[in-house]
Amino acid sequence: MMDRKIRVVVAKPGLDGHDRGAKVVARAFRDAGMEVIYTGLRQTPEQIVATAIQEDADAIGISILSGAHEYCFKAIIDLLKEKNASDIIVFGGGVIPETDYPTLLGFGAGAIFGPGTPTTETIAWLEKAVAEKRAKEA
Amino acid sequence: MFDPKQLQEVAEGSKCYESSVAKTLAKNPERKENFTTGGGIPLKRTYTPEDLEGLDYSKDLGFPGQYPYTRGVQPTMYRGRFWTMRQYAGFATAEDSNRRYRYLLSQGTTGLSVAFDLPTQIGYDSDDPMAIGECGKVGVAIDSLADAEILFDQIPLDKVSTSMTINAPASVLLAMYIAVAEKQGTPMSELSGTIQNDILKEYIARGTYIFPPKPSMRLITDIFEFCSNNIPKWNTISISGYHIREAGSTAIQEVAFTLADGIAYIEAAIKSGQDPNVFGKRLSFFFNSHNDFLEEVAKFRAARKIWAKIMKERFGVTDKGAQMLRFHTQTAGCTLTAQQAENNIVRVGIQTMAAVCGGTQSLHTNSLDEALALPTDKSVRIALRTQQIVAYESGITNTVDPLAGSYAVEALTKQIEDGAWEYINKIDEMGGMMTAIEKGYPQKNIQDAAYQYQKSIESGDRIIVGVNKFQVEEDMSERKLLKVDASVGVNQIKKLRAMKESRDNVKVKDCLEAIRKGAQGEDNLMPLILDAVRHYATEGEICGILRGVFGEYKENVVL
Repeated sequence: MMDRKIRVVVAKPGLDGHDRGAKVVARAFRDAGMEVIYTGLRQTPEQIVATAIQEDADAIGISILSGAHEYCFKAIIDLLKEKNASDIIVFGGGVIPETDYPTLLGFGAGAIFGPGTPTTETIAWLEKAVAEKRAKEA
Repeated sequence: MFDPKQLQEVAEGSKCYESSVAKTLAKNPERKENFTTGGGIPLKRTYTPEDLEGLDYSKDLGFPGQYPYTRGVQPTMYRGRFWTMRQYAGFATAEDSNRRYRYLLSQGTTGLSVAFDLPTQIGYDSDDPMAIGECGKVGVAIDSLADAEILFDQIPLDKVSTSMTINAPASVLLAMYIAVAEKQGTPMSELSGTIQNDILKEYIARGTYIFPPKPSMRLITDIFEFCSNNIPKWNTISISGYHIREAGSTAIQEVAFTLADGIAYIEAAIKSGQDPNVFGKRLSFFFNSHNDFLEEVAKFRAARKIWAKIMKERFGVTDKGAQMLRFHTQTAGCTLTAQQAENNIVRVGIQTMAAVCGGTQSLHTNSLDEALALPTDKSVRIALRTQQIVAYESGITNTVDPLAGSYAVEALTKQIEDGAWEYINKIDEMGGMMTAIEKGYPQKNIQDAAYQYQKSIESGDRIIVGVNKFQVEEDMSERKLLKVDASVGVNQIKKLRAMKESRDNVKVKDCLEAIRKGAQGEDNLMPLILDAVRHYATEGEICGILRGVFGEYKENVVL
């Protein structure tokens, strides 16, 4: 079904240093057979988008716990549009109040996964989303 | 602890017990094949005097307030005075946070603990492009003395002790605190409080570093020296295992990596010509209180014992105050669940009891809603009340180190001690903590443990109530959460710009130039930074000058 491995950028935007979740998720993606590019801390939206385009990524997973999620999601999604790369799926998780989910989904995020989400759920979602995206492109 | 005859009787009894266990198991197997602590230490079915063979009461435990301080650092502990109830708080503007502090003080907290926003923690002013979206979010935005004056308005700094979670730019925020106190009429010699000032754990686990290791260590030892001479009651560092544990380490790793960081600071300060008998008295520690009650109690006791031994035997410290490991505790944020958040009250209650049975000097209890957002006034009050209930109602504060002598707790204390020494020795062999960090050694160990932890939850080996068992459907949109508005950033920038227009900019320029020259040389930077702060130089300006001289740390990404 998948001729090419899923390529996903796991990104830590902003100044937030909490990287436990990002690293656990990145490892789980890798163990699920994906190719994972982890950006490390303090990435600007510009850097994250540039990495995703350079790496020909299918998706960007944003991990943010600092409360700056609205700014970061919007900035990344807008930049993808600007660079004609809005086919790249954006999703994320962290400490994000559920009441903010509609705003982030409204910007164009595919899904938000809150604390306590099993990695298997995120992996299943991403596999499906990438398969749909590739089917559309084919 | 036991004479041979007693031990022989126990050995015989133990055989008898084993055979009765075998009979029981044949009929009713146990819930699991293997039992371990939360941190993965294998647990026996039961502990007996046999497990304490070789334990020497005087040498290994001693009395409270006596070397090796396993049983606590003071002779009377909470019979004399409770721990300091210190709630970490700060958000939005200095005005908002000042209101929260005064509310907390009116409700019975006994010390302040300032949470700064990320731009402040990383040395950026609120109008820096790097600060977009972050202003006032995880803490209060402090750009200059003008903000600090508002933050501590009407709070008597001669009476209240203040802890500040600030690391890379610790010198600047300490200088602001000193300057505010002076304006209130309190000389720095009378101030008491703590700055976190622990850069090594930032590289390992927390992420708010600015400068590379060498100049960072110099800033830290400059603070040690300045405080030894000028602010004798100030805790110059809070060597933190809290964030190491939050990043996913085991209890043993938390103790080991924290104390190995401590060794690195002691060595750096000795190298800069300071006496560990003097600066050693003002080192403080900061640990996590996680879910596994017995393991946590044992961990605190083991940490005190190891540190006393390090100070006395490795560094030849004779001053008793410098041999004691005094620590702050915070309940484990990573154990808070977004699901059925009210259950977090119970988790925090258990963790509070562990910290108290472990002999903490101060405590922050997390609020029930912190897996979702910043805590509301109500949830903060419940968290504080949890401490007060343990203090006034539980009874565990009325006798010192009440779990001492428990076969299980003493055996676990020994296991944590032995496990931690193994890591410390390994880090010594690698050439010390700085080299170990460069090689990604603590980072890799922590990540492996974090990943195992997550896998054990997903496999159902580890039950988290409400998350992978006993779930319910919840409507989260009903929940009242605190939200920091984007207007906070806009207003903060306006205030900052107005302040810059009203100060003596020629003087500020001179002060900054003096810092640049000082950083290029070897003089203590604290007095120069204090001078700049007094003239309203901003944190971003001072850190910007230092970035220019020292450069910036580049994360060693380990996955």
